[in-house]
Amino acid sequence: MLMNLFKFKGGVKPPTNKTQSVTLPIAVAPIPSRLVVPLHQSIGGTPRPVVQAGDKVLKGQLIGEADGWISAAVHAPTSGTVLEVAMHTQPHPSGLDSLCVVIEPDGKDEWIARDLVDYKSMAPESVREKLQQSGVVGLGGAVFPTHGKLTASKTVPMDELVINGAECEPFITCDDLLMRERAEEVVRGIGIFRDLLQPKKVLIGIEDNKPEAAAAMRAAVEAVGEDFVVVQVPTLYPAGGAKQLIRVLTGKEVPASKRSTDLGVQCFNVATAYTAWRAIAQGEPVVSRLVTVTGNVGEPRNYEVLIGTPMDELLKLAHPHPDTDGIIMGGPMMGFLVPDRRVPVIKATNCLIAHDERLFPPKAPEMPCIRCGACARACPHELQPFEMYWFSRAKNFGKTQEYNIFDCIECGCCSFVCPSRIPLVQYFRFAKSEIWAREREKNAADQAKARFEFKQLREEREKAEKAEKLAKAAAAQAAKKAAEAAAAAAAPAESAAQPVAAEAAAPVTAPVPPAAAPATGDAEKAAKMATIEAAMARAKAQREAVQPKNTDNLTPEQQKAAADIEARRVAAHLIEPEPAQPAAPPDPKS
Amino acid sequence: MFAPAPFLLKDVSVSQVMIQVCVALIPGIAAYASLVGPAILVQLVIATLAALIAEALMLKVCRKPMALFLSDGSAIVTAWLIALTFPPLAPWWLIATGTAFAIVVAKHLYGGLGQNPFNPAMVAFAVCIVAFPALMSQWPSVGLQLGLIEQMNIILGWAPRVDALTGATPLDAMKTALKLGDGSFDVTTLLANQDIYGNFAGRGWEWVAAGYLLGGLWLWHRKLITWHVPVAFVASLSLISGALWIYNPSQFASPLFHLLSGGAMLGAFFIATDPVSGCTTPRGKLIFGAGCGLLAYIIRVFGGYPDGVAFAVLLMNLCAPVIDLLTQPPIFGMKDKA
Ligand code: SF4
Ligand code: SF4
Repeated sequence: MLMNLFKFKGGVKPPTNKTQSVTLPIAVAPIPSRLVVPLHQSIGGTPRPVVQAGDKVLKGQLIGEADGWISAAVHAPTSGTVLEVAMHTQPHPSGLDSLCVVIEPDGKDEWIARDLVDYKSMAPESVREKLQQSGVVGLGGAVFPTHGKLTASKTVPMDELVINGAECEPFITCDDLLMRERAEEVVRGIGIFRDLLQPKKVLIGIEDNKPEAAAAMRAAVEAVGEDFVVVQVPTLYPAGGAKQLIRVLTGKEVPASKRSTDLGVQCFNVATAYTAWRAIAQGEPVVSRLVTVTGNVGEPRNYEVLIGTPMDELLKLAHPHPDTDGIIMGGPMMGFLVPDRRVPVIKATNCLIAHDERLFPPKAPEMPCIRCGACARACPHELQPFEMYWFSRAKNFGKTQEYNIFDCIECGCCSFVCPSRIPLVQYFRFAKSEIWAREREKNAADQAKARFEFKQLREEREKAEKAEKLAKAAAAQAAKKAAEAAAAAAAPAESAAQPVAAEAAAPVTAPVPPAAAPATGDAEKAAKMATIEAAMARAKAQREAVQPKNTDNLTPEQQKAAADIEARRVAAHLIEPEPAQPAAPPDPKS
Repeated sequence: MFAPAPFLLKDVSVSQVMIQVCVALIPGIAAYASLVGPAILVQLVIATLAALIAEALMLKVCRKPMALFLSDGSAIVTAWLIALTFPPLAPWWLIATGTAFAIVVAKHLYGGLGQNPFNPAMVAFAVCIVAFPALMSQWPSVGLQLGLIEQMNIILGWAPRVDALTGATPLDAMKTALKLGDGSFDVTTLLANQDIYGNFAGRGWEWVAAGYLLGGLWLWHRKLITWHVPVAFVASLSLISGALWIYNPSQFASPLFHLLSGGAMLGAFFIATDPVSGCTTPRGKLIFGAGCGLLAYIIRVFGGYPDGVAFAVLLMNLCAPVIDLLTQPPIFGMKDKA
């Protein structure tokens, strides 16, 4: 079928290095000695652990319960015994720990009871719920819970459903192999998304360097009897970025400030469609994924890997050469070196590349920017990287925002082409994290201030009222006593209580009682008590104010970004020199 | 720890960029050398040496990594542009001083590579033409055939600078002639004087211009420059010269004459395209190039200097930051708002 394709500006053509890992079919990686399954594997709330040490689990059994709507459940990847629920190092550039369920496999790989259902008989709502409970998330790298993307906009009609099989990053071939070998299930999974979103058309974009995958997908579309269009898009990094693929296939440009559904389009990765089908039709939650193992290895290949498999065990299967000095998770453009080779494979792990200096020679020293503009011409989001770099360096973060730094998808095209070898993306991550941190601090300070002032107001009013009551009572009593004792001796002087009470109530508009009573010990004592109480309350309010809890109203993406940034900041203090820190894999892919 | 993503980088570097600029200058240099003799090669060597010495000195003073920056090639490009814009028989010390000034003052005192707001070569040209107007206007007389030794002697000051040896450029000659102009000269008769003016723009000069054009196109083909600046430069120069030429062909030379003479082609492809001191946005580059072409024409035709390219570029350098600021292109997804 002929289709009018659009172009996105910029992009680069790094050597693809894909042929090495496509010669062999997908292999199933053996069950490792131990599985470390992080609970937080998707954007959104961290699932709550529902197992504890000593529990026996079956393959596919729930071990982490979704927390909130934007969150996805986590399951035991195989049958075995839970050894512990504890903090372990994550496959994240910061090297931070997070809560994991550690399972010792029993080798039986025994499934839970799987109910095979016909999803067409299910209500759309329960399909979404089922996806959430099966832990289906975007497997292109973004790991956004899939069910959260399956609701069309209420105002904008759904025009296109874009399925991302572009796989533009060099070295990675897991989607390619998935489409070659399991195209039918992918197509059926796309059918689920189509039924939930009801788009006018479904477009499957595959880079034209994968003709086998495209052919397999076409055949599967025909076999299943769907009308999806398989489109071969020009090979150009980052054509597999969700926004770039949407642009190429539909001509629509989704700005950073909008959701794609606001423009009547939604995008999913092929592997996500595959797992959705397995989850819905076969009742198999996401407990494994395809991972390309390549780079400095003897036998590059794609493996079906249980989530939680330690990366070094997986890498061993491909026979890494002895001079391997690190593992990159993800592709060479957006991936990162894992902090520890034993970190587990997670849902976001699409590729492991054995790193060595032959494949990735050390970078030449950084030179000053010569404003050649190569970076701007390469930027798929049409930004001015050198301007953002200049202002990031100068720590003039306001200016970086004027140059739209938050539209940067951290694809690395700019760094790739820069003749001065400036690690531009690092500067942008640094700037973004600084802006985030500052905004958080400012919000925290603002909120704390407001909360403090409000609390102070309220408490001081309460104290004033209390003091007033006490003073009144005391005054009444004193007046009675005084009246009894010396009826004529009453002096209408200002009571000692009044100034104290007035002070307690000073910043408040609450009426201060004219405690025009004779000074007595009782009244004074009561008023003093009230003052002390007020002061204590103030101190308490101040104490509380310095521990703001202001992360309540953030979107899941914001929370993720904020968490990443926190992690980076921690890492930064460990590693020091400012922007040259490792950073999280950002994710233009869906 | 290794450098973070991207782990793959394109095989490019600043020195590669600069070397390619030098390579692109070679056709023009070859034509130039065949026109005025080997003197120009001597000047290129003098300028290169002066630039490298000045650069090394400044790197030492500024405590920057010597080998890294000395090999980036940027000083050599500056030096070559100076050698190609100064009169080929200018005394050695003029070229050397000009180059040193460009490197020390116009480049390093502003912060070194990438930081200079003005094109260093053009700063040197402007300073020297103001300071040594006579020396800067002496061009070898047309048809003067001197051997390498004689030219060396003149450059090194071992032979007297005989006035007869040098004259004005065709551009300057025409301006002077027209200025004398009591009507006894006009462009048509001047140009008919084939001896000086060659086919279009002065004997042999059109070949030099063609050489630069060729090199410039190659730079464009290599994606080291974009089309915006040269096209806008050439278009604006042609438009204004064409308009005045149509208005009064006996007083104003044709666009072709202007395009092919003086520093027009060198300016359009090699000087106004300098990214450091020029504009960076596409629309900004168009404005920048057009401004250079227009100002160059005005200065060379109505001003007091033999050619206007240097001043035009410097004036536009001054405006570049503002132009850039005002011509920021809309970003992905925000085009309807722009
Ligand atoms: S590519 Fe590098 S040197 Fe060129 S403008 Fe961008 S940051 Fe500067
Ligand atoms: S990393 Fe950001 S600035 Fe650089 S090319 Fe990609 S989107 Fe543009």
